[in-house]
Amino acid sequence: MPIYQTTSYVFRDTEHAASLFNMERAGHVYSRISNPTVAVLEERIAALEGGVGAIATASGQAALHLAIATLMGAGDHIVASTALYGGSHNLLGYTLKRFGIETTFVSPRNPQNFRDAIKSNTKLLFGETLGNPGLDVLDIPSVAAIAHQAKVPLLVDATFTTPYLMKPFALGADLVYHSATKFLGGHGVAIAGVLVDSGRFDWEASGKFATLTAPYAGFHDMDFEEESGTRAFLLRARREGLRDFGACMAPMTAFQILQGIETLHLRMPRHVESTRKVVAFLKKNAAVEKVIYPELAEHPDHALAKKLLPLGCGAVFSFEIKGGRKAGKAFIETLRVFSHLANVGDAKSLVIHPATTTHYRMSDADLQKAGITAGSVRLSIGLEDAQDLIDDLDRALALSQK
Amino acid sequence: MKLEVEGKAAFAYAANHAFDAGKPTVVFLHGAGLDHSSFGLQSRYFGYHGRNVLAVDLPAHGRSQGPALTSIGEIARWLFSLLAAAGVQKASIVGHSLGSLVALECALRQPARVNRIALLGTASPMKVSAEFLDAAKRDDHAAFDMHTIWGHAPRVPLGGDPNPGMWMFGDTQARLERLGPGVLYADLKACNDYEFAGGVQCPTLFVLGRRDMMTPPRAASGLQERIPGARTVLIEASGHSLMVEAPDATLDALIEFLA
Repeated sequence: MPIYQTTSYVFRDTEHAASLFNMERAGHVYSRISNPTVAVLEERIAALEGGVGAIATASGQAALHLAIATLMGAGDHIVASTALYGGSHNLLGYTLKRFGIETTFVSPRNPQNFRDAIKSNTKLLFGETLGNPGLDVLDIPSVAAIAHQAKVPLLVDATFTTPYLMKPFALGADLVYHSATKFLGGHGVAIAGVLVDSGRFDWEASGKFATLTAPYAGFHDMDFEEESGTRAFLLRARREGLRDFGACMAPMTAFQILQGIETLHLRMPRHVESTRKVVAFLKKNAAVEKVIYPELAEHPDHALAKKLLPLGCGAVFSFEIKGGRKAGKAFIETLRVFSHLANVGDAKSLVIHPATTTHYRMSDADLQKAGITAGSVRLSIGLEDAQDLIDDLDRALALSQK
Repeated sequence: MKLEVEGKAAFAYAANHAFDAGKPTVVFLHGAGLDHSSFGLQSRYFGYHGRNVLAVDLPAHGRSQGPALTSIGEIARWLFSLLAAAGVQKASIVGHSLGSLVALECALRQPARVNRIALLGTASPMKVSAEFLDAAKRDDHAAFDMHTIWGHAPRVPLGGDPNPGMWMFGDTQARLERLGPGVLYADLKACNDYEFAGGVQCPTLFVLGRRDMMTPPRAASGLQERIPGARTVLIEASGHSLMVEAPDATLDALIEFLA
């Protein structure tokens, strides 16, 4: 796949240029809106998810913002799971509020919570396939049914599962996005996002989405649903969202993510296999208070995980080390194979201790509210030899207790 | 454009332009199970280039009320009712697959009201395999799969959608999944049962895809022989879904023909 390292595309003549601008012909005009290399990635991700198409973005956060900005504006409302990546929580809980979009956060453990929080101005239900930090499994079939009854779509962040472990559209979700930075890219070399539409949500029948079903003065009074039916959401997201907000993906990034997804089906089973071995090791270790992984019988979503995630619950999970902050700090500093950094979904195994990094300003009581303890450690299991990882953990755990 | 046709709500995309009696009119007729947006780029072009455009949703498709009509003759009759409701005296008709048979039938029934016909992805007879018909009759998803697989060139699922970021296979599936029960069967049976009587006099264009698995170019040869003077444009890389697989080449053929 060539890397179209270019900003723009020569028109054949003035007529050709005009017809591209007015959407009478298909093609590329300017790489903020579309680029041939990026388009290959978009099409492949859409095929992996079983959607109608996709839009690649500068990051996973840009994909989430693009989805929301395409569907709604000031005065609208979202019902979101509490079990979210911190960045998503910041966007919904603080930043979008400033722009007039309110979010009610509900525990995803009971789908009924989503129904109870829906208001007349609700435009979206949102959750993660596997939530942060407790790996809450989103009951997509139940939450999707609640969303559809309320005539709104369900958006899921499928970063932790990828299309290899779960196909959210087949379970009822309408929109999916990924931080492609993680498992899709798989090698920690590029920040990237991708937003995919199933094309199954009927915006016209819902009647709640003027951005898709009413004339848009910003594009020749186009009614996106009338113009393109199943493609309405992506058309508006591209023609408005990429055009105006501009959080597009660079062609080199698309190439790097394309390289990654070529081995996704080989990497994911290995990530899961090694994770299972590490989880089993930690469960038996005397320095470990608790391991949080949905494949363990004691996890509250164990039964749901068996149903929705038969191929595995991913490779990112947390455990609690005995001895609180001090032990956590010693453990991290003793590890040799694990890289201490703020990312997940890499070929290399990663570790972070929230109490001394991402959440270091929080008191122990506040940590507890966020579902984290002073001894919580998050691991992202990579592709190294599983025994090397276990040996590394074994040594560090022993030293942490001294 | 919302219309009332034979007592029921009907829809035709007009490319955001009000009807102008002074302009020539081009009607776009979609194929089995699809809707007006199959012709998205092409219909938009003509709407912005001096034509009235009516890209219709046949009954029970897109935004037009059902039930589905069950024969090409009935659809042709309905289309003339739609043209009357829209105040159109005479039009050129661009039809794809099932729509191409309707275009033929309209040109036979009321030649004075049809300027030109363009037949995309066409054949006569347009026989539908027993397995496909049977699956459609049972509203089995396998019918959508067959429609999707045979409706595109073999390379399509692997990529290369000319519309950046779209995946044509997924899009066709999503469209078909929106259909009400029995609609695809009604469409396919109408195609299967239609017999072209011959006698079309108006200028006719064939646009055929070399990689078409549903109506391969050779299946149009009988029709081509029976319409003297008809022109043919063969698009090398395209399968049956010419308007989305080869949007520019299809548009160029139509621009020349409808000039």
